[in-house]
Amino acid sequence: MAKRPTPKKPTPARRAADGAAAARIEGGAVVVTGICGRLGRRLARQLHRERTVIGLDRREFVGKPKDIEHHSIDVRRKKARELFRRPDIGALVHLGVMHDPRLGAEEHHTWNVIAFQKLLEYVERYQIPKLVLLSSANVYGPRPDNPQFISEDAPLLGANRFSDIRDLIELDMLAQSFFWRNPGTETVILRPAHILGTVQNAPSNYLRLKVVPTLLGFDPMMQVVHQDDVVRAVRLALRPGVRGIFNIAGPPPVALSRAVKLLGRPTLPIPHAMARAGVERLWRWHMTSFPAPELDFIRYVCMVDDRRARAVLGYGPKFDLGSTLRAVDEERWV
Amino acid sequence: MHAAPWCPEPEPEANWCRVTPMPARAALARIGDVAADDVLPLVGRLWGGARRSVDELAVRLLGSDFEERARLLQARYAEAGGDPFGLDLETAKYAIMTCAFFHRLWFRAEVRGLENVPAGRVLLIANHSGQIPIDGAMIGTSLFLDHEPPRVIRAMVEKWSQTLPFVSTFFSRVGQVVGVPENARRLLEMGEALLVFPEGTRGISKPFSRRYQLQEFGNGFMRLAIETGTPIVPVAVVGAEEQYVNLGNLKWAARALRMPVFPVIPQVFVPFGQMPLPTKYFIHFGEPLHIQGDADEDDAVMEEKVHLVKQTIQSMINRGLKQRTSLFF
Repeated sequence: MAKRPTPKKPTPARRAADGAAAARIEGGAVVVTGICGRLGRRLARQLHRERTVIGLDRREFVGKPKDIEHHSIDVRRKKARELFRRPDIGALVHLGVMHDPRLGAEEHHTWNVIAFQKLLEYVERYQIPKLVLLSSANVYGPRPDNPQFISEDAPLLGANRFSDIRDLIELDMLAQSFFWRNPGTETVILRPAHILGTVQNAPSNYLRLKVVPTLLGFDPMMQVVHQDDVVRAVRLALRPGVRGIFNIAGPPPVALSRAVKLLGRPTLPIPHAMARAGVERLWRWHMTSFPAPELDFIRYVCMVDDRRARAVLGYGPKFDLGSTLRAVDEERWV
Repeated sequence: MHAAPWCPEPEPEANWCRVTPMPARAALARIGDVAADDVLPLVGRLWGGARRSVDELAVRLLGSDFEERARLLQARYAEAGGDPFGLDLETAKYAIMTCAFFHRLWFRAEVRGLENVPAGRVLLIANHSGQIPIDGAMIGTSLFLDHEPPRVIRAMVEKWSQTLPFVSTFFSRVGQVVGVPENARRLLEMGEALLVFPEGTRGISKPFSRRYQLQEFGNGFMRLAIETGTPIVPVAVVGAEEQYVNLGNLKWAARALRMPVFPVIPQVFVPFGQMPLPTKYFIHFGEPLHIQGDADEDDAVMEEKVHLVKQTIQSMINRGLKQRTSLFF
């Protein structure tokens, strides 16, 4: 078993070590958890041409490119630790956050928090020089008193009204404390706005509905970001020297009604009290995949200030509003 | 084009013969034809006529370049990829038209010193009065209709307004934002004109006996101005105090109803008294103040600077009151 690393002092030796770490980040293998998800597969496809990619996911990787090494194991198992012991591993990208609100809170919590804690333990023990966590702008939560653009240092109040995402907030917090405790690892937390594309998340599923229900009298401004822009942000975060928290936003914000109109879908405005009662019933009868508290996302603003990502990360969205929105209708064969 | 069923012109015989076995369907078809050929165009004409007359009234009220002003502003925001706070001039236009009626005909507002409002970022600091914030709407209307180039005034609204359906959407479409410091800072960085009433509720709901006496000012606007290097334009509104005569605030009623104040306004019990009295408005924009200093300074230092602005506005109000000869003319 390896010893805990001692904190390094800023000496020439440290600088040399930094150089070595940078080389390791740039040239080493990237472990991607949750690689079998739609976003994970997209990232893997872009990344594997340039560097070694190791997948770590409980699921099977369907249509895996030949040069990707994939391990269908649970992160919590001992075998996963063996993987991180390898000296060639330069970075860990954690995409394996589970977002299935149907699964019980307990299962959710165990998987998300315990698994991430294990991962942090491996990263610390084997001094992996780079850690990227894909969090979400939802951790700030849609609230009536939100500033129009929330900056990275704002409190994470997302679970106030929507308790199901408290494990995502816990993950974000764990990564933050890890950032301060382990200066030897460059920790990056990405908090993207609503990711649209072939992914199976709530905003994409919502915009894919044949008739889009909205709340009568509410029409908040929204930020959407294309899945490939998020993949690009992850790749930018993998560069040596980048650390910290970054909000990721796509094209300029748009009113919900306008976004739906651009997609050419009819809307169905429903009064909030009715919508809430209705969605609660449908949820109980397993007829919808949207829990009722998620209605707040189409009621209040939850937008992020991405100036830091633009300045430090060098990120800027490549996809304009139209193509970002239309991405939800793309063929989902990848 | 097909012939109407009652004018048997080209070959009606054959048609009628074919239709008679199914009279119900023929009747339905005829109703359909009448609806498509006569009723719909008529409705369309009436609708078009109504819209034209509204447009004509608009030109008389707003001047012929109103549309052009709206387009100019729209282009300005579209250049930046749309206003991030949700301002939409297509909607705001109609709100401005309503306000223009009050500005031009109801209150017959007399505006002076508009040239003092710079083209870039600016903080407009005004006295607040009149029980409901018509004064803010009138200041905004002046800047849209009479300022060169036209400006959209941005003000801050209460947070709870965001929980109300329609209200929240309306505020956002006409350019009002939630009252948090981050939003104010961002608006100024965008080069907008931000209207602030440092008296807040204290000013707007004061009783008639204390009219034209400025209440305590908040310090927040001064820190914001210094931090962002924004010029302050003091604004005095004379005439709004008398639009609703408030005899006093009932503290117990306010407490019971959880409202900030509960004003006693007898006129609302008179028919049509719910409308504000048609007093004459005088809106005076003062010369811009460029205030230097450190935004993190002590409250005492800030208060001195705030006092300077307050004094300026009070003397502008006093001058306006002296010049006013009648309440209504």
